[in-house]
Formats: sequence, C-alpha cells, structure tokens
Amino acid sequence: MAAEVVILGGGVGGTIVGNLVAKQAEGRAHVTIVDATGIHVYQPGFLYLATGLERAAALHRPESQLLRHDVMLVVDRAMRVDPAAHTVSLESGRQLRYDHLVLATGSRTMMEEVPGALDAHDFYTMAGAERLFKALEAFQHGTIVIGVAGIPYKCPPAPVEFAFLLDDYLRARGIRDQTEVKLLSPLNRAFTIEATSKLVQPILAERGIELTGFFNVESVDPVAKTVTSLEDETVGYDLLILVPPHRGQEVIETSGLGDDRGWVPVDKNTLKHTKFADIWAIGDATSIPISKSGSVAHYEATVAAAEIAAEVKGEAPPAHVYDGRVMCFLETGQGKATTIRFDYDHPPVSPSPARRWHWAKALFNKTYWYTVPQGRLP
Amino acid sequence: MSITIATTLDLKGLSCPMPIIKTAKAMKTLVPGELLEAFATDPGSVPDFKAWAKATGNPLVESTQEGGVFHFILKKKEA
Repeated sequence: MAAEVVILGGGVGGTIVGNLVAKQAEGRAHVTIVDATGIHVYQPGFLYLATGLERAAALHRPESQLLRHDVMLVVDRAMRVDPAAHTVSLESGRQLRYDHLVLATGSRTMMEEVPGALDAHDFYTMAGAERLFKALEAFQHGTIVIGVAGIPYKCPPAPVEFAFLLDDYLRARGIRDQTEVKLLSPLNRAFTIEATSKLVQPILAERGIELTGFFNVESVDPVAKTVTSLEDETVGYDLLILVPPHRGQEVIETSGLGDDRGWVPVDKNTLKHTKFADIWAIGDATSIPISKSGSVAHYEATVAAAEIAAEVKGEAPPAHVYDGRVMCFLETGQGKATTIRFDYDHPPVSPSPARRWHWAKALFNKTYWYTVPQGRLP
Repeated sequence: MSITIATTLDLKGLSCPMPIIKTAKAMKTLVPGELLEAFATDPGSVPDFKAWAKATGNPLVESTQEGGVFHFILKKKEA
C-alpha cells in the first residue's frame, strides 16, 4: 500500500517536496498538497510590484499547473494537526490521515502587533505591494521612511533592496531631489549580514539614502506621523513603509507544534520535527536561525523530499542533509545587483554589484515557473 | 556596594540579531541605574552589545567570556 504523504502549503517549498516525493518514491507514495488558496505566489516579485516594475498578474499561477499529474491538490485550510492520531483536520470538516507530514506553511505578517501601524505600508503581501505602489504614484515630495518592526522577517536584505529600487523610481519620476529616503535598521549596519552590509553601505550613502542604526520600530503615531524605536528615538515621515512582524501560521500554534511565535523546531540538518519522527518542516515555517527565503525553502525541500522518498521505499536515509545553504540576489539599483551565498560552515560572501547579477535575477524571475516548483533545479 | 541585577536574559543559542533585540526590549522595562545581565553564545554579540551600548548611551559595565558563553552587564542610562 502506498504511504500517505501530506504537505501543508503550496508555496515554493511545499510544491517542490510534492513533485519530488511523487517522482522519487516510484509509485510507493500517495502525495497530497493542502493549500488554502490553490494559488501559487512568487513572493520575490513583490519588491518589483511595489516599485512599478512588475504586474501582479505575472506573480501568481494556479498551483495545479505546477504539480505533477500524480500529486493531489486539496484547496482547503488546514486547521489542526493531531500528531498522535496522524491526522490533519481541514476547514471543510474533512480529515486526512498521514504517514509522513510536511509543514511548508510559511509565515504570516502581523502589522497589528505594532501599535499605531495599521495604515503603514509594506511590500510583504500582494495587496500590500499594490497599495504601496499606488501611494508612491501619488507621492510628490517629503520623507519616506523604511523600517523594520520585527525579526525574523522574510528575505533579510529586502528593506535595503527596496530602498535602492525606490531611489531608482524617485529618480525616474524626477522627484528624488524633493524626497528624503531614510532606512532604519535594527542593527548598526544595513542588515544582519556584515560582509554584505559593508558592500552596500557606501552605495546607500552615494544614493543619498540615510541609514539609521539600532532603530527597532516599536510604535507609530499615525496622527503626528512619527515612528518610535525600542531605543527611544523618534523619526518623522510622510510615507511609512514597515517590514511587519512575522509569525508562524495559526495551524502550527493551534496544534502545539511550534514555539511561542509559531515557528516549528526541527533538526537543522534533517529538518525533522524535534519531537515527531514523521513530521518535517521546511522554509519560513521552521525556527532554524537561517534566512527565511525562497532559496532556503527550495534547498530544504529537496532534502526533505529525498528523506521521505527513502523512508517510503524502506531505504537508508540519504547522505545529503541540509547544510544551511542560502543564495539570494540583492538589487542595488541602477541596473546592478549582487548575490549573497553562505551555509552553516561558510560565512557570507558577496561580489561587487554588477549588471550580470541583475540580469541573472531578472532571468530567474521569468524562468521560475518552468524550473523551480517542478524541482528541476538542484 | 553590592551590585543587584534587575533582569537576567538567557540568549544562548540565539543568533544575530536576536540577542540585541531581546536585550533592547528588556532594557525598556528597567528604571535608570538598574542593571541587566545577558548570556549569549553568538560571537557577533560581542561587537553588537558594545556598539548598541555606545549608540544608545546605556553603559556596558561588563563584557566577559567563559567557556564559549559571553556575559554582558548593561546599566540603564539616566533619563
């Protein structure tokens, strides 16, 4: 009898696991993906949507088009996992039994956790990015503030990238001279990664983007138009863009499978839940202290899929485990980009910004739909 | 004069930038003159605590290391 493999979440990680397990298990697994919307969203595109460089329609496709014919898609919301009974209860009332469960549930944004910030802009959801672009189109002059209201958040360099793309946008509109751009960072550098921060800080200065360090956004006063930090500093704004606090999905919290923020504790190499041998978590959903990014979800998905396929076939676990690999692009504006690569044993390295990295990212954005979800890239 | 620690934070196992953010949050609850101690294992926390103390004006009273654990004591600045 085929093993029941259930995957919660049809994002990049869940989709890759589904396709790869179905392929590698050679008929010995029955794979089901549960996704609340049935729509696959390419989240790295939000930065471009927010700055008018991409259309919303180019950033989503039906999940069913990205799955192998032998992977079943259930469009429903997972409400509760019962690890003792090995079942998942869905919003419709349906219940799925699993032999192997993958939590690829991603993260959710919680702007409501920041007092006064409900009207602040963000580029962390499709709707947020579209609303932000509308606000930018209406913007004429003043101060634009970009801040971080909680860590961890998806894609650590995103606020810096956004600042560069915003600078390009304002220059193209001819209103850069009338606009102050301020980037508030939780640390005393552009973002967490020190080597890459050193590389981009001179470029921020060159573009006239003011970097304020140790500014952990605590609250917003939407009437006075000020944002205040945990460090008791206050900055005024005309347009405020915040990285919202993130937390794990409700189903993780309701099922008691995560920590106090809903992140799932897993072995950092095998991605297996620290308490349950038949549950894996990948991507944003885990509590591993590594970047929450598509590339991490992608690399982790290939590892989890190989482990599950080996288990259903009764084979020894694969030798290859997740080594902490992260790879991302960082747009530095004016048609250039750099990359950031590291793993558990190797510190981050970034080459000098160049046009080829910008084009590589553009090419990746376009070819994503035909390569990544299907597990065609290593 | 004896030193009384108002709050102790166990930040072991956390990686940058969580130690400094948790510390910044905890410092908010102290009154001027009170001390906070923190234990961390991330080597990056050494320069981070030093820089945070300097940037915010809360003195870093102690920064030591023993057996791979970094020990910091911060004093809440006068209002």
